[in-house]
Amino acid sequence: MSDSTLVSGEALALVRAYKLRHLRRVLLVFLALLLLAGLVVIDITTGPADLSIWRTIEVIFDRSVATPKEDVIIWQLRLPVALMAIAVGAMLGVAGAEMQTILNNPLADPFTLGLSSAAGFGAALAIVLGWSVIPGVGGLFVSVNAFVFAMLTSCALFLFTRLRGVTPEAMILVGIAMLFTFNALLAFLQYGASEIQLAQLIFWQLGSLARATWGKVGICFAILLLMLPWFMSRSWALTALRMGEDKAAALGVNVGLLRITVLAGVSLLAAVAVSFVGAIAFVGLVGPHIARMIVGEDQRGFLPLSALCGALILAGTSIASKAITPGIVYPIGMITSLIGIPFFLLLILGQRKRHWQ
Amino acid sequence: MNALSAENLTFSYGSRRIFDRVGFDPIAPGQLTALIGPNAAGKSTLFRLIAGLLKPESGKVHLGNTDLDTLTTRTRLERVCFMPQFFTANAALTVFDVVMMAHKQLKGWRVNEADMIAVGTALQEAGIGHLSEAYVSELSGGQSQMVSVTQALIRKSDVYLFDEPTSALDLRHQLDVLGQIKAAVADRGAIGVVALHDLNLAARFADNLILLGEGRILAQGSPAEVLRADAISNTYGVAIETSKGPREELIVHAYAS
Repeated sequence: MSDSTLVSGEALALVRAYKLRHLRRVLLVFLALLLLAGLVVIDITTGPADLSIWRTIEVIFDRSVATPKEDVIIWQLRLPVALMAIAVGAMLGVAGAEMQTILNNPLADPFTLGLSSAAGFGAALAIVLGWSVIPGVGGLFVSVNAFVFAMLTSCALFLFTRLRGVTPEAMILVGIAMLFTFNALLAFLQYGASEIQLAQLIFWQLGSLARATWGKVGICFAILLLMLPWFMSRSWALTALRMGEDKAAALGVNVGLLRITVLAGVSLLAAVAVSFVGAIAFVGLVGPHIARMIVGEDQRGFLPLSALCGALILAGTSIASKAITPGIVYPIGMITSLIGIPFFLLLILGQRKRHWQ
Repeated sequence: MNALSAENLTFSYGSRRIFDRVGFDPIAPGQLTALIGPNAAGKSTLFRLIAGLLKPESGKVHLGNTDLDTLTTRTRLERVCFMPQFFTANAALTVFDVVMMAHKQLKGWRVNEADMIAVGTALQEAGIGHLSEAYVSELSGGQSQMVSVTQALIRKSDVYLFDEPTSALDLRHQLDVLGQIKAAVADRGAIGVVALHDLNLAARFADNLILLGEGRILAQGSPAEVLRADAISNTYGVAIETSKGPREELIVHAYAS
């Protein structure tokens, strides 16, 4: 095999095609990274203050040249929001990609398993009853409640899978049961809430990046830096899982263990994202689909591109939320679907191949 | 001689007993063995027990002097290559990708030149080079089955277990695929077991037959011995006769009574 003179021309042609595709995949990832950097800069310049793009780039790379006004606008106000957008987008993109992989379901996203409604309920407890699950967290108690409830839901899911086995069907059904339970509980709280509390609650659920701080951005990136390499290290096993459970098991994948551990990782990503910015639907569902249409499901390309697609969608959303009506920042939860769906439909219509039939 | 043997295998799905102390005589390497038997006789279950994907309540599988239970799951599945029954995957993965995956067998994602050439050569030898860049979700049933066989044969194992590798193939490809499997098993001095429904194919390609039925091994031996035994007619519930074909091969005929 190592003696290339014995290798036939056809085999070499196949190898060349494979290398070319690999190269294309790497290029696409770099292209997406460049695009993302561009969107972040545009995101920062968008809004009142008339910043020029070049001046913004200059200030980002060298904080010392900033005037006090630029320092406040770029470094204290807009950069955390722009970075939060891409961090949360990437977290949701990765979470959605792995959710769809382990549950073998194209409609799975971080919210399928009831994580967002649990988070919403946690936030409602804080807003309506002023009740903090973990005392002494101060002003963060809405986020902390949301996070705790999202993680509790995934713990409950673990317990169920221990009883019923780790099959995608059982996980999805239990997840849907969670979703309805928390929606009902949430309705209870909404019914008893005052008008001001209700407005606050709805605003929270619509999602907003305005609550971003450097601390939150740091937490998000730390979790991403922790989870992405770990998912990448499981990339062969996750790719193998897409060939069917039987095949993966025959290759030596411990399918049950893989599902459970990946679910834990996904829950963490989604719970942190949701608790910081509220429920942002659609990104976790569509980001991975766009990545799949572009590079297929080999995790080595699929995973980074899912993260990047999620980040791109949310960065775009962040710009749109400020640009639609100057002076008003719309909640991003409202915008994600509006700007994502036309693009998504175009991709589906232009799609020759069909997966998930 | 690293023969494969099993003794006293007992296994149940819940309360339904599938095997009660089943064993088979050593299967010699370098030869192709066909596992035959009616539907639901337990052919796939037996394969899974050998591969270690199911745990028997009692009994042992030996490869040479090695008790396979003493190996880790990973090592066991490296030595025993099991190709599950026919599948269609809906994944957006190319044929080259999935064969590469089988070749690397989860050993990390560094793919070097030799790996790529091995995969390219395997695809070309299997006659599916033209499918290399196609997504597996676009393949026909027969094409996916050939990809599956290629995935199994690219692995270097001591034991190859194929669960109905020809069920979706046309005549020419049935002969092609079984020919490839037989040649690979002989070349590598490996143990090859193929579960087959087509008794004529079994008679043509296999050096030995194992007849499985009613949760037991009913017969084991050369095709002529097994196909002429009374057990085979009883198990399948049809009258089975054999004759010589135009090229002196054994031909199996089945009659409803």
